Amino acid sequence: MSSAEHSDFEIRDYLRTDLFPHFMCPGCGHGIALRALLWALHELGISMDKLALVSGIGCSGRTAAYVDTNTMHVTHGRPLAFATGLKLARPDLEVVVITGDGDCLAIGGNHLIHACRRNLDLTCVMLNNEVYGMTGGQVSPTTSNDRFTTTTPLGNHEPVFDACELAAAAGASLVGREITLQTPSLKDLFRAALSHRGFSFVEVISDCTEIFGRKNDLGNSTEMILKQKSAIRPESYGNVVDQPFRPGNWSTGILARNERPEYGTNYREHIAAKLAVAVKGHR
Amino acid sequence: MSASAQTQMRNLQGNHACALAAVAAGCRFYAGYPITPSSEIAERMAGELPQVGGVFIQMEDEIASIGAVLGASIGGVKAMTATSGPGFSLKQENLGYAMGAEIPCVVIDVMRGGPSTGMPTRPSQGDVMQARWGSHGDTVVIALVPDSVAEIYSQTIRAFNLSEQLRVPVVVLIDEIIGHLVETVAVPAPESLTLIDRKWADSPVDTFKPYAINGDDVPPMPRPGAGYRTHTTGLTHGEDGFPTQDPVLVAPMMDRILGKLERHRDLVDCFEAIDCEDAEILVVAYGITARAARRAVRRAREQGLRAGLFRPVTLWPFPEQALRSAAASAKTVLVPEMNAGQLCWEVERVCAGTPIARLNRVDGEVITPQQIEQQIMDLAAHE
Repeated sequence: MSSAEHSDFEIRDYLRTDLFPHFMCPGCGHGIALRALLWALHELGISMDKLALVSGIGCSGRTAAYVDTNTMHVTHGRPLAFATGLKLARPDLEVVVITGDGDCLAIGGNHLIHACRRNLDLTCVMLNNEVYGMTGGQVSPTTSNDRFTTTTPLGNHEPVFDACELAAAAGASLVGREITLQTPSLKDLFRAALSHRGFSFVEVISDCTEIFGRKNDLGNSTEMILKQKSAIRPESYGNVVDQPFRPGNWSTGILARNERPEYGTNYREHIAAKLAVAVKGHR
Repeated sequence: MSASAQTQMRNLQGNHACALAAVAAGCRFYAGYPITPSSEIAERMAGELPQVGGVFIQMEDEIASIGAVLGASIGGVKAMTATSGPGFSLKQENLGYAMGAEIPCVVIDVMRGGPSTGMPTRPSQGDVMQARWGSHGDTVVIALVPDSVAEIYSQTIRAFNLSEQLRVPVVVLIDEIIGHLVETVAVPAPESLTLIDRKWADSPVDTFKPYAINGDDVPPMPRPGAGYRTHTTGLTHGEDGFPTQDPVLVAPMMDRILGKLERHRDLVDCFEAIDCEDAEILVVAYGITARAARRAVRRAREQGLRAGLFRPVTLWPFPEQALRSAAASAKTVLVPEMNAGQLCWEVERVCAGTPIARLNRVDGEVITPQQIEQQIMDLAAHE
């Protein structure tokens, strides 16, 4: 990334600023993730006329509306289903899904694994803030162990989903994870995902300061984000804060990549070939 | 005129007729999930769509199927899914999305016995009220109920036309019996069909409001990629398409969306009235039950009884005025239906003051002409 590219990017060019003030709480990481996504789209020169952002329900779902493009805010857990129909009907559009940990891994989990399996050319951005923020802070499939939420008043006892391992195992042909603090790295990851032909899954470690952070005494937004950094790269940043934000070491960057036939292209080529044989057979 | 341009007489199974009619109506996207007794529709679409440049996809579940259909329709392609009772239940939330965001789509429900898994291979008319009220909140939906394979063909085409014209989901309720019945259909030449496409936005991009309330009940749709960059949401929205909870903006939007079918009765209403002018016993029946009723009414007439049949083809919105006229001389209205009693209450509401008699079956068997005839006789004897 050159500094020239960075200076060239002005986020307000891509936002519906007439909708401001926006919906997000102070300290929310979703805006940083959206910035990185728009930065990547900018660098790739993708036309906002040809982009479709499909989002589900939750705080993540509300981010799409702020982008000045074709935006679809659909039902809870179903953005991948809508996006699948849209992309198959309109292969000319660049279709990006914005979803959250609850939207994607809980109510929408079935759609995620089958979207990974099909390998349709979609980019799925999962904003993981470990909590159902919009409904007031209930436990989600990615809430870390022992964390307090409104539905785990004694601390979370449930096992945690590793979304990237799930996506890779289900067949997503590009899988990656990044934290919001590493905005240029996150932008580069989005660039890779958007450029990839096939289903790409990007997990963004976001933060919910107002609800989740407050409930768990995780400090302000800066402190939360620095703790994320220490949890993800303890060998480099372990001295920043004493206590890791998450248990275990979360790897970041591109975690899985394979070149498999893209669903839409494969569908069209398969049908063309079979119909040609059928016509020949009738002669 | 060449032979191919003429009407073709074909023996078709009801479910296959539905699929062929959808393709003839311009459907180019189908997403579905296997479920008895509707699966032949998906199977036929899987064979037909690739040959006309369309897309068939079997999704991971019923919810994904209607989701993909709505995504394709937002993209500008006529789209359909088919299911049966349990799957129809699962689709209801996204059907509500189609109502609120005004996304055209056609949903076929080949009805089977319920509740729950019920009787997958047996006929029922148990989804009549689910079609009307299945999604949460106030709903706006058209439901059509054909009584023959030929009518499955014509009403499926009409379903696409109405959906495109009015931007509402259209449900076609098919009796399992008719879905699996093979009958002769006069398949019209493609060029003789009247096909209606939605209005596309073509006004200047800068001032375009996707949900404008300007006297026209059905705003034109912006085609993604055409530069409009609009927002589509299931949240209550203003004329600009963005979410709002301002009562000043919400009230007129809800009035327009929920009232548009009532204001287009001329397009929506469709019914058949047989011997209703002087009927003292009026039978109100739909789908396969109407076929039994037609014979029962004819037999009753032969025996000198003043019986008539009112058959809604458009079930929802309910043809209230037409039924009121048909029931003008009725002393009793008989509603036979293959459920524990659903449409009878709507009939009772519309024909207020006239006694309503019911004839119901929930044992997986059809109501026979003899049963209806017998009840007409009994009602006549007690008058």
